[in-house]
Amino acid sequence: MSTSEETASGVVPAAQDAASSLPVLEIRNFSISFATESGDVKAVRNVDLSLAPGEIIGLAGESGSGKSTLALGACRLLRPPAIITGGSVVYRGRRVGTEGVEILDMSPHQLRALRWREIAIVFQSAMNALNPVLRVQDQLGDVIDAHLDMSRDEKRERLNTLLDMVGIPRTRLRSFPHELSGGMRQRVMIAMALATDPEVVIMDEPTTALDVVVQREILAEIATLQKELKFAVLFITHDLSLLLEIADRIAMLYGGQMVETGSGEQIHHRTAHPYTRGLLNSFPSVRGPRRALAGIPGSPPDPRDMPPGCPFGPRCRFAKPECKSVDMQLLPAEAEDPQHLTACPFVKPGDIEPAPVVAAATTGEVQG
Amino acid sequence: MTEPAMMANNQPATDELGPVVLEARNLHKDYKLGRGRRAAVLSAVRDVSLQLRRSSVVALVGESGSGKSTVAKLLAGQEHPTSGEVLLDGQTVHHSGRRGFRAYKSEVQMVFQDPFASLNPTHRVSYPLERAVRLHRSELGRDGVAQELIRLMDEVRLSPAKEFLQRYPHQLSGGQRQRVSIARALAVKPRVLLADEPVSMLDVSIRLEVLDVIDQLRERFELAVLYITHDIASARYFATETLVMYAGEIVERGPSEELSQEPAHPYTQLLLAAAPDPDRLGAPIDERLARSARLAGSAPVNTVGCRFSDRCPFADDHCRAESPPLQAIDEQRSAACWRLDLAAPNLVQRQREERSVVLPQ
Repeated sequence: MSTSEETASGVVPAAQDAASSLPVLEIRNFSISFATESGDVKAVRNVDLSLAPGEIIGLAGESGSGKSTLALGACRLLRPPAIITGGSVVYRGRRVGTEGVEILDMSPHQLRALRWREIAIVFQSAMNALNPVLRVQDQLGDVIDAHLDMSRDEKRERLNTLLDMVGIPRTRLRSFPHELSGGMRQRVMIAMALATDPEVVIMDEPTTALDVVVQREILAEIATLQKELKFAVLFITHDLSLLLEIADRIAMLYGGQMVETGSGEQIHHRTAHPYTRGLLNSFPSVRGPRRALAGIPGSPPDPRDMPPGCPFGPRCRFAKPECKSVDMQLLPAEAEDPQHLTACPFVKPGDIEPAPVVAAATTGEVQG
Repeated sequence: MTEPAMMANNQPATDELGPVVLEARNLHKDYKLGRGRRAAVLSAVRDVSLQLRRSSVVALVGESGSGKSTVAKLLAGQEHPTSGEVLLDGQTVHHSGRRGFRAYKSEVQMVFQDPFASLNPTHRVSYPLERAVRLHRSELGRDGVAQELIRLMDEVRLSPAKEFLQRYPHQLSGGQRQRVSIARALAVKPRVLLADEPVSMLDVSIRLEVLDVIDQLRERFELAVLYITHDIASARYFATETLVMYAGEIVERGPSEELSQEPAHPYTQLLLAAAPDPDRLGAPIDERLARSARLAGSAPVNTVGCRFSDRCPFADDHCRAESPPLQAIDEQRSAACWRLDLAAPNLVQRQREERSVVLPQ
């Protein structure tokens, strides 16, 4: 792992004042394994990630990269066979104080007070996450009953405010989930997460199952709410192009390890890790010149059988023998910029150019 | 780039295109909601016509519920149209009897969205392939079938072929499964491939490879491909022509590059504006379009007038009263919109100028 000084200097964003420059959620050297009959499978390995107050961090990675495991693990929401094998997760909210609390040491009772009140989660599949036999008002009301001390009238008022906030008509309080469209269900999920005014909201693929137009609308809604209520967001998705638009900073996860982190601009225009570049080259763009699309050869690594050294080695076109002994430390990608870190010591920004522009062809000419 | 000079390149003129293999003419599909005479009717597909040509890809783009999968089912013969017809090589298709349907199936094959649901988990990979080969190509002997299976695996780049044939679906990744589905579709040597969201369930980094497999096969076997997707960006790269569907109707059609770079119909504009675009870092969505985005998800109920009118920033009384037909903008493009003068003023203006240049000659 990298030393703590190095990590801290790399991940603390430019903050307005000294007090708020302390991260509200600080994940250090975090590792999670799944215990199986054939030994431990390392799903998350030595990950450092900090979230400043009011910041949107994008956590990008493909299925199996460990992005959801990381987020759930940080809230202690995983159950065996998943085991947290090391690291620390410190939460510093307004109600907790700047010294912070260690989530990994919390008792079940303390965790209950932390979850939702301080850290809330929006899950991907709203249809599965909502109870189909409860009305919207009952599900939202349950959250308020469990975590806030409110009178009936206050609760009624809070429910109305919440629906207004996410742009659902108040008449929908009496609806069942199946009576709502996919976009509305996701809005209810967001309202539930925000019901207790948490400081950190983890969004696990909140728009993946939605149509592109609805997705755009939900994202706009999240951005507005986030500016207004100033909660910090950990936004998990496989859609890097979406993150580039909304996130203040992006962390790229591959095979359970962080491979690159930086601002959207850095990730997009000064890409430092070959995996990030590969992913960027996989997206067809709607606007601008047509670029040759390359994709990434091979498939994501099997966590049971991780390649030694850099997990991306077998799929990397810059791979060389040394990659097998690389220790995946995050190092500054460019000397002048401590915010932009990469785990690849060999490739520098500028070595990997965006894909060349190609002419519009008569038919598909995707390249493998 | 919206520069017209750049867009006009390389698109084949109509006479360069291959012959039409599969054609839909004025397809309608109504579903009755409930029973009895008074049951409400949902028209899932309204007046859809399209041509699939040899060795080219047509993309059908739309949101969920727009009717694009219903069109695929009608073309595949899995559903029967309420009216309209499907033509194979210019002949109306009648799915009469098992034999006729099987003959049709050996020409037109489908690849489905979910590679986890479309393969039977209790059978090895070889099973669905072998069945398809035996059923549709009875001339092959036992050795011939075995060779054919290996050839199919090679076509979709699953190697070592023999080993993959012996695996079960759960031993394959999503991308590998989808390639097995493609191999199964190819087993009958079809001329038309209907691919219904073939990559939307796959990881981003492997989508291209699967699309590339389909594209290579299209070229080699001169397949006519219908590529159904909600991702207009991939249609831009993968398809010669793009059709945009909204609420069961085709609202715009044209060469993919031109359509995506200078959309005419307000709905196409909305789709493109909503697509994530890293080059637009932080730029807000057009306010007019944002208004129509807010109405998304409210199913269009109006049966008179343009179905997009309740979300459209340009709609007027005419739009709400009369449904616009699909009208030609130029030789290759058309759109169903009364107010193209407002929705795509530059495009309309250029058309006028071009016509005024052409006419005096």
